Amino acid sequence: MKPFSWRFIRVWQRNRDVFFRLWRSEIPVMVAEPIIILLAMGLGLGTYVGLVNGQSYIEFVAPGVIAGYAMFSASFECTYGTFIRMEYQRTYDAIIVTPLNIEDITAGEIFWGATRSLLTGSFILAIAAAFQLVHSPWALLILPVSFLAGIMFSAIAVLYSSLAPSISSFNYYFSLFITPVFFFSGVFFPLSSFPEIVQKLSWIAPLTPVVQLNRALISGILTTDLLLALAYIIGLAIAFFAISLKTMRRRLIV
Amino acid sequence: MLIAEDSGGYLVILMAIIKTNNLTKKFRELVAVDNVNLEVTKGECFGLLGPNGDGKTSLLRMIIAASPPTSGDIWVLGQNLRTDSRQVKANLGVVPQLNNLDEDLTVIQNLVTFARYFDLPKEEAKQRGRELLSLFELENKHDSRIKELSGGMKRRLLIARGMINQPQLLILDEPTIGLDPQAKHLVWRKLAELKSQGVTQLLCTHNMEEAAAICDRVAIMHLGKILSLDTPQKLVIRYVGKTVWVIEVTSEEKDNVKEKLKNLSLDFEVVDNRIHLFHIDSDEVIKDLGNSLISLHRKPGTLEDVFLRLTGRTLIE
Repeated sequence: MKPFSWRFIRVWQRNRDVFFRLWRSEIPVMVAEPIIILLAMGLGLGTYVGLVNGQSYIEFVAPGVIAGYAMFSASFECTYGTFIRMEYQRTYDAIIVTPLNIEDITAGEIFWGATRSLLTGSFILAIAAAFQLVHSPWALLILPVSFLAGIMFSAIAVLYSSLAPSISSFNYYFSLFITPVFFFSGVFFPLSSFPEIVQKLSWIAPLTPVVQLNRALISGILTTDLLLALAYIIGLAIAFFAISLKTMRRRLIV
Repeated sequence: MLIAEDSGGYLVILMAIIKTNNLTKKFRELVAVDNVNLEVTKGECFGLLGPNGDGKTSLLRMIIAASPPTSGDIWVLGQNLRTDSRQVKANLGVVPQLNNLDEDLTVIQNLVTFARYFDLPKEEAKQRGRELLSLFELENKHDSRIKELSGGMKRRLLIARGMINQPQLLILDEPTIGLDPQAKHLVWRKLAELKSQGVTQLLCTHNMEEAAAICDRVAIMHLGKILSLDTPQKLVIRYVGKTVWVIEVTSEEKDNVKEKLKNLSLDFEVVDNRIHLFHIDSDEVIKDLGNSLISLHRKPGTLEDVFLRLTGRTLIE
């Protein structure tokens, strides 16, 4: 595996410029959906849900929604976004003949995906704060957690993109991976409400530790097992990052 | 370094801008580039000709460090590509065959964003971008979207983009493919202008008219090997001669005529009911062929004749 260099920032800058050029279409989508989910689930469904600890349902759901949409942002950016740039617009082919190498491009994509997670996370956190759902200054740490989760989900997505034969392959990615992960990572219900076998699977899902961390940070109730969750995210992020650098080179440098 | 003889018979030392040594590229069983030794000298426009699928693009991709060689070495601008590809790429301009302009950005943003990959400061990039747009007659498209450009404009913008880092070497893959004659000639003029400024050019084409018009030397590739390499004029003289006679015969007379040509030990090639005669210095021989011919005309020998003689008339793809 060849490492990436600081030049990845050039790809990040390119994606940032395009994002802000197209902000009218990007930002409303990014903000609207999580708010709808938050309100529909929290206020709508929430009136029928009684939690054991007497917490309101919207309070329970908010940190999970932040985690879930951080995942969606990175995943969309580094599947459809990456694939379109790579295969349809041939942006990578153009960049590869400049001083940047494929590893720099891959890293730039992953860090940009993570930046999208950070932006989404910040927006929803601000909205949650406006609804007075944030009870601890620790909640600010949700931002770096969102970025870190973004690296992890971007790296997984880039890896999948580097192996995907066509753009329709992403249907599988979302319906068989992202959607189940979204519903089985404790975003909407405590993991303890699942049967034991599902609980075990849930602990493998990469979103579970992110939800766990966000929920603890927003309430300010910190425990030592959060370090384990953090280590799991970092471990997966590094592993998938490294593999995606390799598979991207294999796909494009032939 | 390369030692060569100039027109006065003196030895001159030339810097090889590109040098490949036994360069080979294999894709599983297929040998795309087969032991190619090539030298491109400073300031020349060098053409790589070959039918589709005959290794030109594979060779080009290796030279721009977008594809690792299976074996052999490449030096570009004095650096070994295996070890110094970043440094080489910093001084390279590449114009791809497929349009890969950034559709998400405007014309000038394309240039400025591209300049940033080369670490050019923003103001300098904008300045240089404007200069290039005016050089390629695109200044009124400054803020247009890529979708709004015609094919010819996109191609000119691609060349302009390839020049943003002021490269010493410009590599072009089919620079005028799909262009109308006006746009094509404009591109050729601009390439000649760049050459006069000392920019070495390596171009890949299967447009023989283009190769003859703008290349100082051409290499004809076939099945991964370089079959022949020289100036377009010398190749024409060597393989087909200044004049080519085209004889049309009836099917019944064909063998008869062929026999006669053989007896005269002439250099010819039969394509269906047509016979191409090469290296004919005087018209006398033609007269001896009798009255059995449907038609007979002569035309100047071209690089296209050379190309077809060397690479054959069958499709390879």
